[in-house]
Amino acid sequence: MIKPSQAPWLLSAPALTLYATFLIAPIASVFLISFFNFEFYGGIQVSFTLKNYIEILTDSYFYEVFARTFGVAFLVTLACVVLGTAEAYVLSRMRNPWKGLFLMVVLGPLLISVVVRTLGWALLFGSTGLISKGLQALGLAAGPVSLMYTNLGVGIALTHVMVPFMVISVWASLQKINPSTEAAALSLGASQFTVIRRVIVPQVMPGILSGAIMVFAMSASAFATPAIVGGRRLKTVATAAYDEFLNTLNWPLGSALAVLLLIATIIVLIATNRLIERRYGAVFN
Amino acid sequence: MYLRNGPIGLVFHTLFILFILAPLVMVCAVAFTGDGFISLPSNGLSLRWFKAILNNPRFIDAFLFSLGLGFLSASFAIVLAIPSALAIARFRFPGREALMAFFLSPLMIPHIVLGLAFLKFFTTIGVAGTYFGLVIAHIIVVIPYALRLVLSSATGLDPSLERAALSLGASPWITFRRIVLPLIMPGVVSGWVIAFITSFDELTMSIFIASPSTTTLPVRIFLHIEDTIDPLVTAVSAALIYMTIIAIFILDRLVGLEKLFVGKGRA
Repeated sequence: MIKPSQAPWLLSAPALTLYATFLIAPIASVFLISFFNFEFYGGIQVSFTLKNYIEILTDSYFYEVFARTFGVAFLVTLACVVLGTAEAYVLSRMRNPWKGLFLMVVLGPLLISVVVRTLGWALLFGSTGLISKGLQALGLAAGPVSLMYTNLGVGIALTHVMVPFMVISVWASLQKINPSTEAAALSLGASQFTVIRRVIVPQVMPGILSGAIMVFAMSASAFATPAIVGGRRLKTVATAAYDEFLNTLNWPLGSALAVLLLIATIIVLIATNRLIERRYGAVFN
Repeated sequence: MYLRNGPIGLVFHTLFILFILAPLVMVCAVAFTGDGFISLPSNGLSLRWFKAILNNPRFIDAFLFSLGLGFLSASFAIVLAIPSALAIARFRFPGREALMAFFLSPLMIPHIVLGLAFLKFFTTIGVAGTYFGLVIAHIIVVIPYALRLVLSSATGLDPSLERAALSLGASPWITFRRIVLPLIMPGVVSGWVIAFITSFDELTMSIFIASPSTTTLPVRIFLHIEDTIDPLVTAVSAALIYMTIIAIFILDRLVGLEKLFVGKGRA
């Protein structure tokens, strides 16, 4: 007879076994080889060296890569917070069927592969693309403009990929608000702007923050968009690790890059989560 | 009293929707060009590049391959997720929170890290570039999505229904199959769907572990774009967008998009 205390572990045993074999072991092996040595002619050598980490932390090339990755991720997060929160608010004030329709339009792209969405931006960004032609027609640019291989282009395309997540997150918070708080503020003479700033935003702050964390972590580790729009020149941590693994075949260095990215992401996630819980846990639960 | 959007809100909304749709509309438009290079269709719509897909077995093969992979990994993931979700939803035991966090942890790990971790590990155990490896990796990545949705419907389950069945002499298996499973079915279906879509769209991890004989559609499209952006790859992408639009309408009818997405999001 199965004891009740064993039941949950027996039920989760199949998934746990799979995780232990095919998640823990692979991640551990990445940590392990990030300490291995790599010689251009000798390949990977089993050893314990901090060489790869020292190279990443001291080389100005990698400094630039990390600065670009987190800089772009930060700006994308900022753009998503502003655009996503505003759109979620506008959506929440719509009536059906418009509400349902536009929610579908905003969330639908999440079901389309990132490669396809990024291809769309590549078509728009090229020097013969619509953006370039539009700017020239408006007299804002003298000659053809290309946003391909620029940080701005990567940022715009990434914002497009990430902003639906922000909308969902804020949308979920907005659903919990009592609409009469807004009506009360308006009837007491507050302007629409004051209502948004003093009544709405404080109440959806947990949604904004959790959305922002998600967007930041995903932008920092994004691969397809920086690879296609950023090209070979504008490397991010993810595309640099990809290069080390599949082109240079310097797996130890690539692993060290991945480990640093993983650690940085987890620190940001945990730190901000703590902050949110301390600040809002008491109020919203 | 019903609050309405002011003119500023509606202008913002229009611009936002334009921003969301612009790249997708662009792909769909360029796909109809009759020219041999990237351009908007100038003299009439042409199906030239859609026909060209049919003569390009590489894309067709990759599409069918991705369908099969998504089907297999979503099915395995849901089968593994159901008992785990029931364990977490129905029992209170030490380590419950930790177990749940562990099951959801693949969401926290960037796919680029998973990709090279799997490549390294599969090379070590000798299954690099195999179908087996790809399926395993996809199962791991999609389990959290399946688990979340099954969990959300299992949490609201009334335990007395299960006790009633057991006390009337039903075996645990019959109780599960006839009582519990039908009740959590909405979560199981939406969990399977989101798992399938996540697997079908996955690029970053797959690109590390896909071999020439196990190339998924996103990997095929990415490698093509890295090489050259031409109307052919645009037509393939446009076909994908059309298929997704149809899928979105069906899904919205079946499970409701909002439900599918609240809890999507990986971080």
